[in-house]
Amino acid sequence: MTPSESYISIRNVGKKFGDFEAIESISMDIREGEFFSLLGASGCGKTTLLRMLAGFETPTRGDILIDGQQMNDVPPFERPVNMVFQSYAIFPHMNVRDNIGYGLRRLKLPRAKRNDMIDEMLELVQLQGYGDRRSDALSGGQRQRIALARALILKPKVLLLDEPLGALDKRLREQMQVELRRLQRSVGITFVFVTHDQEEALTLSDRIAVMSGGKVLQVDTPDGLYERPRTREVAGFIGSMNFIEGKVLSRVNGHATLGLSAFGEIQVDAKQIGFVEGEAVPLAIRPEKIELLKEPSEGAVPGSLELKSYHGERSYFQVRVDGCDDLVSVSTQNAGRAKLRALEEGAAVWLKWRDDAFIVLDKN
Amino acid sequence: MSDAVSTQGSIPPTQTERRNGLGRLIARSEVLRGYLMLSPAMIIMIIGVLMPFLILVAMSFWTRDGFDFDTTLTLTNYGRAIDEPIFGAFLARSFWVSGIATVATVLLCYPMAYYVAFHVHRNKMLWIIMMTLPFWTSYLLRVFAWKVILGYEGVINSSLLTAGVIEAPLEFLLYSQTAVIITLAHAWAAFAILPLYVSLEKIDRSLLEAAADLGDGPTKRFLRITLPLSLPGVISATFLIFIPTTGDYITPALLGGPDGAMIGNLIQLQFGAVNNWPMGATLSIILMLWIAAVALVFLFVTRKSKESLI
Repeated sequence: MTPSESYISIRNVGKKFGDFEAIESISMDIREGEFFSLLGASGCGKTTLLRMLAGFETPTRGDILIDGQQMNDVPPFERPVNMVFQSYAIFPHMNVRDNIGYGLRRLKLPRAKRNDMIDEMLELVQLQGYGDRRSDALSGGQRQRIALARALILKPKVLLLDEPLGALDKRLREQMQVELRRLQRSVGITFVFVTHDQEEALTLSDRIAVMSGGKVLQVDTPDGLYERPRTREVAGFIGSMNFIEGKVLSRVNGHATLGLSAFGEIQVDAKQIGFVEGEAVPLAIRPEKIELLKEPSEGAVPGSLELKSYHGERSYFQVRVDGCDDLVSVSTQNAGRAKLRALEEGAAVWLKWRDDAFIVLDKN
Repeated sequence: MSDAVSTQGSIPPTQTERRNGLGRLIARSEVLRGYLMLSPAMIIMIIGVLMPFLILVAMSFWTRDGFDFDTTLTLTNYGRAIDEPIFGAFLARSFWVSGIATVATVLLCYPMAYYVAFHVHRNKMLWIIMMTLPFWTSYLLRVFAWKVILGYEGVINSSLLTAGVIEAPLEFLLYSQTAVIITLAHAWAAFAILPLYVSLEKIDRSLLEAAADLGDGPTKRFLRITLPLSLPGVISATFLIFIPTTGDYITPALLGGPDGAMIGNLIQLQFGAVNNWPMGATLSIILMLWIAAVALVFLFVTRKSKESLI
């Protein structure tokens, strides 16, 4: 592993608050210059992990290394990391300039140099001319930019962001996502970003760690997580998913034939995974990878349309298939598919898929 | 007027007709409703504060004439207050004693309020009540308690004697400025703890984390974040103690002795034994003007020092 492969190294890190085990044991590596997200529902330990990186919490076991340096006993004010807080924590008794320049005071720079650096930051976060504003007279988006500028001005090795977009309304959030990405590219600093919004994580990150119950379930690229989730938990957390149980019927030359009862049979690649004949295999398929047809077709499974919902760019259809307890969710893009949208609930439909659209999940 | 009201037309006429003129006016005007709520307090303020104050101001320009007042307006009393050094000396001593007492109280109470605000996580209210518990007894009783503690045969002297630290009782403890300062600092502590606690409690903890994150150690954090943000509490605590203690006369009368007497005692004398009410009034007015001046200077200084802290 090259040094940049593990710029931040988290080794067997655990954290207990009294009897409560917030983090069991986490090991992972974050690369230099990447946009890394910790994704999970509230209470999964993602914020605790971030706060351990910042130094506000000390791990009860394990080690944290940043750029090769042991961080466990380094107090927050001596770590080469800076943080953007969820509440932004803008100092209310200072104006915008003083907020951004807060960390520079201690560096004893000449005043002119300091002012230049602040001006540069104001420009970077597009707040030119706001320097002398009182900090309590700012909007949420502006406060967020100040929090970013205040942290970035110190040129940290790592920038930690604790759900920084959570308090913004949807449109502003989308705008800030683009800006955050642009900023990260231009400054080239490693970002560690905590969020519970899977869409946000997918849009922003180079890699994502999906967390649940104090554990890391999977670390992967956004498309890796979406296309190849390893467990049912990850698959269900990112986007929507249909889960189907399959049974290994036969195995020949690295290909296995799986029986899906009501859904017929499929062929899957079985090179690395040890399929045993007669064994149950959990499978998953994304709604948009199922084709919805109005007429019967070769290999298509019949069903009836139970429910349809319109989501603007996409439409979702819930289809009842005989012999299957759960409704099958199918989604179609609303590009010239007016015929499908015109389907009445209760109408007969047919479902079709490519065999490789199925994802084979880990057991349990 | 009623035309103007009805032409607005947002309220249906049946509803407006049901109310009489004044009721309608009150219902419509935020300002009037505000004054209505304030009026009980305003009546008391006018009768109990404003009127006596005006009488005091008028009286300060009168002179004594035997057992009566000469009501011709003159600056004689103010002239005396400036010319005779005793008045200035008492005034200066009052500011000195109550200034020290105020600083001591705020300095002693700040850590207590800080501790409860930042380090106590459960039953905060109980802690605050415990701290203010001594103030449930009367002021006079507390002053007497200090007399027992500081006295010639008091708690401190007798225990020091028994321990063999001293051979004769310490005399400077009672009937001195020290005694007055100690007693004032204790007697007014509740007035410092409460505003200090409130202002410290309000500080968002993430601000301190942010300061730590940006490179400040504990001392820097306190000076750049906690102290400036708790300054409103410090200022109100200072005023709440400084203003009443400067004019206090009970404590210096009971514990001050000849060295500890303050301007309040002098004013009391004018209204009592000396029987020169106009002179007493003049001294009261001068004291008030001085307090106002000192308060303004204090406000200005704290504002300036806050800017330099940041």
